Amino acid sequence: MGRKLLLDKAHIEGIRYYDVYRQNGGYAAAEKALKSMSPDQVTEEVKKSGLRGRGGAGFPTGLKWSFLAKPEGVPRYLVCNADESEPGTFKDRYLMEFLPHLLIEGLLISSYALGANRTYIYIRGEYAWIPDILEEAIRDAHKNGWLGKNIQGSGFDLDIYVQRGAGAYICGEETALIESLEGKRGNPRIKPPFPAVKGLWQCPTVVNNVETLAAVVPILNIGGDEYAKIGIGKSTGTKLISACGNINKPGVYEIDMTISVEEFIYSEEYCGGIPNGKRLKACIPGGSSVPILPANLLLKTAKGEQRMMTYESLNDGGFPTGSMMGSGGFIVLDEDQCVVRHTLSLARFYHHESCGQCSPCREGTGWMKRVLMNIENGKGKMSDIDLLWDIQRKIEGNTICPLGDAAAWPVAAAIRHFRDEFEWHVNNPEEAQRRNFGLAHYADPLPVVAAAAAV
Amino acid sequence: MAVQFSEEKLNKVKEIIARYPEGKQKSALIPVLHLAQESFGGWLSAETMDYVASLLQITSIEVYEVATFYSMYNLKPVGKYLFEVCQTGPCMLNGSDNIIAYIKEKLGIGNGETTPDGLFTLKTVECLGACGYAPMMQLGKFYKEHLTKEKVDQIIAECRAQAGN
Repeated sequence: MGRKLLLDKAHIEGIRYYDVYRQNGGYAAAEKALKSMSPDQVTEEVKKSGLRGRGGAGFPTGLKWSFLAKPEGVPRYLVCNADESEPGTFKDRYLMEFLPHLLIEGLLISSYALGANRTYIYIRGEYAWIPDILEEAIRDAHKNGWLGKNIQGSGFDLDIYVQRGAGAYICGEETALIESLEGKRGNPRIKPPFPAVKGLWQCPTVVNNVETLAAVVPILNIGGDEYAKIGIGKSTGTKLISACGNINKPGVYEIDMTISVEEFIYSEEYCGGIPNGKRLKACIPGGSSVPILPANLLLKTAKGEQRMMTYESLNDGGFPTGSMMGSGGFIVLDEDQCVVRHTLSLARFYHHESCGQCSPCREGTGWMKRVLMNIENGKGKMSDIDLLWDIQRKIEGNTICPLGDAAAWPVAAAIRHFRDEFEWHVNNPEEAQRRNFGLAHYADPLPVVAAAAAV
Repeated sequence: MAVQFSEEKLNKVKEIIARYPEGKQKSALIPVLHLAQESFGGWLSAETMDYVASLLQITSIEVYEVATFYSMYNLKPVGKYLFEVCQTGPCMLNGSDNIIAYIKEKLGIGNGETTPDGLFTLKTVECLGACGYAPMMQLGKFYKEHLTKEKVDQIIAECRAQAGN
């Protein structure tokens, strides 16, 4: 069983409440930070841990914190990005729902390190019941002297507020989130200036994901060096993976980044294999925006090595043969699933969620959706496949924010790895309309872990 | 003015504005629009948006541009129970198409339509972050997950019972 640092206490009844959290070691890391460490020492500890942002980009957290401008007399802000909206990703919801004090404690330590006295949790609007849970936790933390003025006699002041969004995936992008928090449309800002210099209300701001901020607590508890020893290479510590699609045990799992993709899919500890004895066809390992991989490239890299659940191994080979850890949204497709149809569903998502600010994204996402609809509905032409490839190339890298890339990559990877399935749709329009997807030839033979379990 | 928050709701508005630094009350717009939608029949009329603008001392157009951007604000009346069914990738892999088709058949309405008795509106939506519990829908403040036809029947019956029909 892998090491657990975030969910190790998730099974304890009542851990959502202050008293139980405190009795089980809660706020010890905050106490350590406030009473025996300077803000710079906290940042140093996070740097030593090698923690990478858990929202998707994977940028080193301590380094991001060290970029924060500190002009005299200007407030600084920490914003917790809880706008979890990427298809396949539902891990932060779990943390907020079941371990709200872990997040509050992480926010307290991080705010102390950054010198922020006012912190906002920006949560997607659809998670409408979670703000009540967070606000109750905030009230209890206040009552017990972990928020407010002169926290635990340290001289540090902090207030945390929760703000609900109102339904816009783009608000997960940090500058769009800031715009939304300022009461505007979630249109991303051109960078530079980066939020670390001019963020919320033009003040220096750090935006971090829920899981990233929660991870600061175990880092302080066990020390940055110890945290860095967990995992492989630059994939240090633990990572939450939200697994879904065609698997026996969908859910949120904490992995210590030393296991293989095959073990994650087939072992009983994690996804428990594919339902009904079906075979694995493909997987999107890091949330809908990262490239889909066919089974053969998912389980082994192009070099024939076992693919591991680490940032580096998932990315091995770059986009032609690899994918990304992303936000850890792990979507599994069995042999009966249609890649064209799935790609259409993602194209429809990105078209719906484009903020409309940049023409390549606003127009291109809709164009891709329409072409994919034609192919899926049996009205496609062979030239449409090349057209799709051309459109996604014209979106990628040509927009203010990464939503354009996020919309382009799933289409590119689907064509790259499953071109013959697109061609089959074009050549078999009637069967495509009857939803007889036909092709199952991408499914690998039963992998080793599953075969061993079956014996 | 016909649109007017209760005293309790006005206090809530003041509390929301106090979350932000002085002079940054525009930041309260999104939460106050949520409050307005909940308070005034589940949707935002032009009159409601103008009222919110006056409360926050911003222009009406600033409210309109926000209200039209975010998918959770309804700009026309909706039924008492709004079924927002997720149709994105992971839900689709788990049969959301069938659930949507069943709701349409059961209620006799299409996407975006409301039943003649004003009880139910169906709206397909994009990813709600419940991919491990698919297929699912949002109903008011809560999620209804692992949907089956039987569960849909049960939800509809519960709504009808609650509405006294």
